[in-house]
Amino acid sequence: MGEETTRDPAGSTSGGRIDIHGPLTISRAGTVERDIEHAADPLVIDVTNVDHMDTVGAWLLHRAVRDRNATIAGAHDEITALMKQVADADRAEPKIHEDPPITPRKLIEDLGRWTIEFGFHMVRLIGFFGAVLLAIAHVMRRPKKFRFNAVVQRFDLVGVRALGIIGLMSFLIGIVVGQQGSVQLQQFGAEVYTINLIGRITVRELGTLMTAIMVAGRSGSAFAAQIGTMKITEEIDAMRTIGVSPVEALVLPRLLAAVVMMPLLAFWAMFMSLLGGGLFVWLGLDIPPLSYIQRLQEVTPLTDLWVGLLKAPVFGFFIALVGCFQGMQVEGNSEEVGMRTTTAVVHSIFIVIVLDAVFAVFFSQVGWI
Amino acid sequence: METPKNCIPVIEIEGLKNAFGDQVVHENLDLTVCHGEIVGVVGGSGAGKSVLMRSIIGLQTPVDGSIKVLGENMIDRDEAEAHNVRRRWGILFQNGALFSTLTVAENVQVPLREYFPYIKGALLDEIAAYKIIMAGLPASAATKYPSELSGGMRKRASLARALALDPELLFLDEPTAGLDPIGAAAFDEQLKSLQRKLGFTVFLITHDLDTLHAICDRVAVLADKKVIAVGTIEELLALDHPWIQEYFNGPRGRAVHKGHDVLHGGAAS
Repeated sequence: MGEETTRDPAGSTSGGRIDIHGPLTISRAGTVERDIEHAADPLVIDVTNVDHMDTVGAWLLHRAVRDRNATIAGAHDEITALMKQVADADRAEPKIHEDPPITPRKLIEDLGRWTIEFGFHMVRLIGFFGAVLLAIAHVMRRPKKFRFNAVVQRFDLVGVRALGIIGLMSFLIGIVVGQQGSVQLQQFGAEVYTINLIGRITVRELGTLMTAIMVAGRSGSAFAAQIGTMKITEEIDAMRTIGVSPVEALVLPRLLAAVVMMPLLAFWAMFMSLLGGGLFVWLGLDIPPLSYIQRLQEVTPLTDLWVGLLKAPVFGFFIALVGCFQGMQVEGNSEEVGMRTTTAVVHSIFIVIVLDAVFAVFFSQVGWI
Repeated sequence: METPKNCIPVIEIEGLKNAFGDQVVHENLDLTVCHGEIVGVVGGSGAGKSVLMRSIIGLQTPVDGSIKVLGENMIDRDEAEAHNVRRRWGILFQNGALFSTLTVAENVQVPLREYFPYIKGALLDEIAAYKIIMAGLPASAATKYPSELSGGMRKRASLARALALDPELLFLDEPTAGLDPIGAAAFDEQLKSLQRKLGFTVFLITHDLDTLHAICDRVAVLADKKVIAVGTIEELLALDHPWIQEYFNGPRGRAVHKGHDVLHGGAAS
């Protein structure tokens, strides 16, 4: 870009005549545009003294000629050529967005579209579920072709590597349940029942539920993001064309890992919660560990453990199913991977909590109270 | 094969060294690009063409050497200077690198808004519109998102963004890779005609022998970790370097060269 001339950098306006000195470039577009706007018709723009012009400058001149029928005086070859260049490119109605207006009708349309989309979504989910079942049947018939190495790798990622965070979380939950419970129960002088509370709530409910939420956040999101990215980079298409079923190669190992690891992680979570609760009871309520263990055995029925552990693989299955499903739904750009990942986590946590309610009713009906 | 006389240097690289850990990519690399020329950079896959471009535009910090772009030192410079230089160049990345959440027109407006925030409203939209047409896209492409465009259109949209600020220097990383021959030829043509009219300098990385013959004023050959030769294709052909001979006189190179001679009525070889 040329240097600004000191003579008259803004150009001078006199009636219907504008003299532009020095460079006529994008850096002066604002001022020149204003000068042209304020000048009266018939407009004459003198560009004899313009020493450097870019396409934005040319566009401003072109626009003045087009809209105001202005005369350009003193244009040398370079300026004429550039003006012709931008005039050739003046074919478009400048539009940045396709933005349809928002009307009541549009809102109803959106609602309809959303409903239909939701219906299709459900159909696709059921379809995906069917594809998974078919793949399981297929693998059962030819178990040798199944990728056990991939499953072991998933075991590591979903299970072993989650031990630390789930252990810490559960340990803290055990302490919190013990502390909050004891505050309330002390009012009746019944703080010994804190042990009942810790034992039953963590084994029956919290251990599995919190583990499921953690696995949904940790692994469900990872499943969606991994598979979604593979979809964008066409790896899934490549698999299909080679003859590898993406459901068998990608979805089944993840499903299996989640189903097998969830009960193990849930058991670990229960254990750590009891440990945390025991520590609180020992330090906060002066109940020695041995009495704590003895009382736990008395007040926590074994059915509580079964309730907790039976729910875990079901939660794991749905977390993995939703995660992989959302991943497979990715199309288009990288933005969608993020969106689908979020959806995967939200949906799977929602499903887990709904299922937990169903289980609660079911188990109390069968008498495992 | 010296730098041409009366050369006004736009890019000056001296003694450049780039390394990733123990792996040295460039060592003692020198290159000068003059004002108003189209310089093609060729080299085998992995020869460090893209790394060279990345170090010129400041995305890769070299281990050693000096780089000057448009007279400004690119190494150890402060942010204000860098800002100044960035306004004067345009870059087309290998895969377009369009912002996927913005429409093509909004993509073109990003540099305009960044550097000239006082350009607003109708003028801003008009600038985006004519840049898009200039880059060879249909007007309807303006409101589309990058994911809705074909590969060739994405390249052109990316070119439109690179041209948004009327740059003095344009970096192109394999602009015709992945385009069909007709599309690639049209892209070359468009680039050459824009360059002739707007007078910018082009630093062009390419594997496309047709592009080299059609639009490059000089070709820089990257091999053995440095620029082993710079010159017109005729000058390079006169050299006795095995890689250069293999590149331009291999089966593909010969075919292109022959076709080029026939087209232009020349009888050089």
